[in-house]
Amino acid sequence: MSADVELQNISVTFGSFYAAKNVSVKINEGEFFSFLGPSGCGKTTLLRTISGFLDPSEGKVLIGGNNMGGISPNKRPTSLIFQNLALFPLMSVAENIVFSLEVRGVNKNVRKKRAEELLELIALSGQGDKKVHELSGGQRQRVAIARALAIEPKVLLLDEPLSALDLKLRQKMRTELRAIQKRVGITFIYITHDQGEALTMSDRVAVMNEGELEQVGLCDDVYDYPHTPFVATFVGENNAFYGRVVSSENELVTIESQGNTFVAKAGKVDENKNHTFSNGDEIIMFIRPESIFIKNENNNLDNIFSAQVNTIEFEGNLKNIYLKMDSDMNVRFSVPNAVDTSELSAGKNIQLTFSSQKAIILPKGALAVD
Amino acid sequence: MRSFFSKNGTLISSYFIIAIVFWLIFLIIIPQLYMLDLSFRPNLPPLLRGGPDDVHTLVHYKHFIFGSESSEDPYNYVDIGVFFNTILTAIFVTIINLSFCYPIAFYMAKVANPNSARLLIVSLIIPFWINELLRSFALRILFAGEGVINNVLISLGFIDTSINFIAMDIALYTGLTYAYILLMIFPLYNAIESLDTNQLEAAKDLGSSTIRTHWRIVIPHAKAGIASGCTMVFMLTAGALATPVVLSSPNTYWFTQLIYQWFNMNDNWSRGSAYSILLLTVSVVFVLLMMRLFKVKIGEIIR
Repeated sequence: MSADVELQNISVTFGSFYAAKNVSVKINEGEFFSFLGPSGCGKTTLLRTISGFLDPSEGKVLIGGNNMGGISPNKRPTSLIFQNLALFPLMSVAENIVFSLEVRGVNKNVRKKRAEELLELIALSGQGDKKVHELSGGQRQRVAIARALAIEPKVLLLDEPLSALDLKLRQKMRTELRAIQKRVGITFIYITHDQGEALTMSDRVAVMNEGELEQVGLCDDVYDYPHTPFVATFVGENNAFYGRVVSSENELVTIESQGNTFVAKAGKVDENKNHTFSNGDEIIMFIRPESIFIKNENNNLDNIFSAQVNTIEFEGNLKNIYLKMDSDMNVRFSVPNAVDTSELSAGKNIQLTFSSQKAIILPKGALAVD
Repeated sequence: MRSFFSKNGTLISSYFIIAIVFWLIFLIIIPQLYMLDLSFRPNLPPLLRGGPDDVHTLVHYKHFIFGSESSEDPYNYVDIGVFFNTILTAIFVTIINLSFCYPIAFYMAKVANPNSARLLIVSLIIPFWINELLRSFALRILFAGEGVINNVLISLGFIDTSINFIAMDIALYTGLTYAYILLMIFPLYNAIESLDTNQLEAAKDLGSSTIRTHWRIVIPHAKAGIASGCTMVFMLTAGALATPVVLSSPNTYWFTQLIYQWFNMNDNWSRGSAYSILLLTVSVVFVLLMMRLFKVKIGEIIR
């Protein structure tokens, strides 16, 4: 019922432009796997390569161990959900859902029964005779999923299908998508530029940038142990301290940055290996806003620096506090809404602290925001 | 009405209303009503017009059905034959035209990249800078007994004696099909172009064959464009004159040729009017029937 998908050294070129560059990844059977990256990073290209709408310039796509080269999209065990859903407006909801059975010449009664089953799966029982335009955005979403599931594909491919929905519905659909995936048990490959979507739904994510895979791993690993400066800044928020290595001992590295001396952990090259640094190397230290605290009796960690409060931004559940260091570098940290910040008036100098265990050192490289 | 004036300003609004009313009343309604009236009057020399003999009569319509009183046939086989031959051939030409233009329109709208689509459109339009009569004569040169096609076929050894394309009316059908090709391609192109390309990919992804995708997705979407193109091509083909005059075989008459003869050569404007009204009525009824059959509304065609 389900199958693993393996991309072997996939490159896709348009003229001299590499939309995907030497991508190799194995997606396990029954896994919810996301490709996460900014727009134009090549994630849609990869999805179209898997679905068969695009032939890779180099490399192979294997589904369930079978080479998909030369097999057209209508013959592959994959179903694709389009960004705009591409439901057929002139057909009823039920006709849409069982279109894949209709084109395979499945008998009308069987089709009707299957349509009812699928309508039940997506909680739209009895609405099969409606036209697509009579449904709400979320309902259309579910119809698109049912339509893709009708032929029982081994792999479901989703091309940012939630991007057109508003925030509340998007959050609800995340949970729902995940639940449907668990119920049908097939491999989902999901494309998104929204890290929240990727992290909440996926078993594993692959972060992409400029056609290349930056990092593949479990959601929390990607968040906690980014392998590159790009991943560190694209997934979640991060403060980047540029600096130089002073000394290193095992996995702890002492650096000098912005006139301060910090101790932090060496980042990982891959899952099993840490970066090694020699004295004087140019590096970036990453520390997330939620790992920085105001220094007081309760919070006194092994790294300390001082900065001036600039602005406080209210985000609902969080407050973001923007600081300026003596070296003019901007730092941001966040506290839960419940924390009293009345003393942090603009221009006030405060002491901050963070743990060396939460800070990561990576060799200098391009950030996501650059 | 007031909002129309306030929206467009007095000058522009007046221009619109005067131009459209003038066009409708003086160029369409009055001439057609005059023709309709004329078709019910006897053909009289100018001096007797308006006199006691100038009464409404069905004589011309009777002539179309029963023929002249001196004829021995119970019905006017010649004219009725020409009439139905014209309508049937126009239907046939419309179908050929549609099946010929649909792939081209689809290619231009969905397959070709924008540059080659533009090039295609230009190369379709430029030949129509040449006037219809000249194009017809050019086709006659191609299809003649000693024409280009026969000469090439003979010199290549495919045939021994030349084929009489004109007598077989192949030249006529080709000419009529070609004459209104743009009026078929552009409505089709517009209709297909507005289809979301993702729908085609979705259908393919769901396992649909190319033919079925066209049948279930593209054609239903383009229905209004197809109806629009077919209506125009059918009407214009049934009413064509220059192409049949130049390209039809000596034995084939196009109904418009009969109308032309009554008006010009026989100086019988009343009968010419009656025949025109007949052609117009039957064409319009046929088009409305087809639209009913394929469930297309007039509003959709204009869209």
